[in-house]
Amino acid sequence: MNAVTLRSLSVKKLLVALVAAPLLAFTLLVLSTDARASEAGYRLDPAPIDPNDLVSLQSGVRTFVNYCLNCHSAQFMRYNRLQDIGLTDAEIKDNLLFTADRVGETMKVAMTTAEGKAWFGVPPPDLTVIARARGADWLYTYLRTFYRDPKTPSGWNNAVFPNVAMPHALWALQGERALKIAQVKNEAGHDEIEYQWSVLSKGRQSTVEYDRTVRDLVNFLVYMGEPAAESRKRIGVVVLFVLGILFVFAYLLKREFWKDVH
Amino acid sequence: MSTKLMALWAWFDARMPSVAQEYKKHLSEYYAPKNFNFWYYFGSLAMFVLVIQIISGIWLTMSYKPDAALAFGSVEYIMRDVPGGWIIRYIHSTGASAFFLVVYLHMFRAMLYGSYKTPRELIWIFGVLIYFCLMGEAFFGYLLPWGQMSYWGAQVIVNLFGTVPFIGPDLAVWIRGDYVVSDATLNRFFALHVIALPLALLGLVVVHLLALHDVGSNNPDGVEIKKLKDANGKPLDGIPFHPYYTVKDIVGAVFFLAVFCTILFFAPEMGGYFLEYNNFVPADPLVTPAHIAPVWYFTPYYSILRAVPPLFYSQFPGVLAMGLAVVVLFFLPWLDRSPVKSIRYRGPYYKIALGVFVVTFLVLGYLGTVPTNAWGQFGPWLGEAERATVVARIGTVLYFLFFILMPWYTARDSVKPVPERVTS
Repeated sequence: MNAVTLRSLSVKKLLVALVAAPLLAFTLLVLSTDARASEAGYRLDPAPIDPNDLVSLQSGVRTFVNYCLNCHSAQFMRYNRLQDIGLTDAEIKDNLLFTADRVGETMKVAMTTAEGKAWFGVPPPDLTVIARARGADWLYTYLRTFYRDPKTPSGWNNAVFPNVAMPHALWALQGERALKIAQVKNEAGHDEIEYQWSVLSKGRQSTVEYDRTVRDLVNFLVYMGEPAAESRKRIGVVVLFVLGILFVFAYLLKREFWKDVH
Repeated sequence: MSTKLMALWAWFDARMPSVAQEYKKHLSEYYAPKNFNFWYYFGSLAMFVLVIQIISGIWLTMSYKPDAALAFGSVEYIMRDVPGGWIIRYIHSTGASAFFLVVYLHMFRAMLYGSYKTPRELIWIFGVLIYFCLMGEAFFGYLLPWGQMSYWGAQVIVNLFGTVPFIGPDLAVWIRGDYVVSDATLNRFFALHVIALPLALLGLVVVHLLALHDVGSNNPDGVEIKKLKDANGKPLDGIPFHPYYTVKDIVGAVFFLAVFCTILFFAPEMGGYFLEYNNFVPADPLVTPAHIAPVWYFTPYYSILRAVPPLFYSQFPGVLAMGLAVVVLFFLPWLDRSPVKSIRYRGPYYKIALGVFVVTFLVLGYLGTVPTNAWGQFGPWLGEAERATVVARIGTVLYFLFFILMPWYTARDSVKPVPERVTS
């Protein structure tokens, strides 16, 4: 190896490093952070969801139509799309069709925007893509951190979304809780916010059962946010496999043509 | 069969010989240097992405509705009810980011090997115009999904024009077609996005390539291959673009597609950088998001905009700085006084300057994605200034110094002798 190639090699390495380092940093950044943090600074619990767990998804849609789909719509989601999660049209019609007549309709509600505004202060948002806007962890934590607060119009408040207009729709399941937010000094002497929860009344479900109910609901909301997500990944594997094969042939073709270039 | 086809071709060629002539001129007898390296894939890839965007865009317009009341829903309709719609939409949204990535690398290649220097100044200028068009395309297109970020991003950018002294407010109303971003704005942005700018873009790509093929391609050594020709008048270091670079670019295109499809099928939101989370909330003129950030490809300029302090309560200096940061690219061929083109034969000054410039661009880009208080504040000894803002200000100064000092440091830089022929 002569001096010229040595020098060009080092320049090449430098350039590769220049490009690779920020790309690597960027990838790590994307993997490690979630831009959708809680605005209140409450630590989000990771949602233990599984998009392939059909039982969980079916339980989630049951909770959704019973508890959410009275005030919140999912106006871009069609009932018969629920075939994705293992339900037949007849099952959908018999168990889930409260707000529509035909399974081909979307999940709309009777409440108008104006009514929602009059009753809650803000119209309840449509939930079709709420999981894509908020993220599963946010929803999972939000739905489990309602507490009684006599200072708000609804009598409810939330640790993740302070002064939210929504009352605790699942309170009969979770029960009522109170929250004391205290500023304490930690071991290092820095100010820290401590959340002290206390139970006011028990709900129909235990903490473990309620966590599972919310997990199933969030699982469903994530599915509804992008119904094609699972087939997307399946197709992706095939596409990458085909591209891998194509790459081998493209490379061999190139090498064959370039044999005579010196 | 083949003789019949040959006869058909002879019939065609006799009536329109320019097809064969152009094919020779631009492909089979266009002699490109044989030493193209990794960086030379991005030109053809940019064209490839342009085609991807145009084709996926045509299919999107078949189901998209440019109407403030229907736009958000029509995108979800495409994502759910249109067969294969989600794939077309993700191709287009991933393609937008891919386009900028490829074009940034393509421009960086020009800075590495001095591809903008004589006699290729016009190619560079057409290229910068293409970049401008691309920025317009991205800006207009980003309004179309009609989410919160679409709406407020457009609001912020249009308001930038509103800061222009005297004519600003009228200018902003003229751009929007209304006093706020509204249905009228959406309709005109749609028109500009799907027909006006794509036409301009295609025209510019044609002149970019015509100008390139007139003077010939530069190469990693910055050697003019047309100076040394063989007995037949072919450049000694040149090889016909077709088939050599077509087969090579196919390899690059397949590799690019693999990366592209990995994002498209497994991380289409790219952690909120390609599709912002807040854009899944329908546009609401009454609710301003807490943190408005442009998509990643605009963030270096957004950082510059935020870094410049207001003057007499006007944000115009920041807007001016942001505009100049892009316009200064036009002057690159005349700011660079180096006698050599390629970084391989330049001295340490340019290498250091380019390295600092790249790092500055990336740091500014990162800072544009986070709120200005992201890194906290300095202590009282620095007036409790925001750390990120101070770094963005230093970055802004470095960004402009790269260009302003260029005539000085390129003229004084030591250079190595450039070889007669390309090195392999």
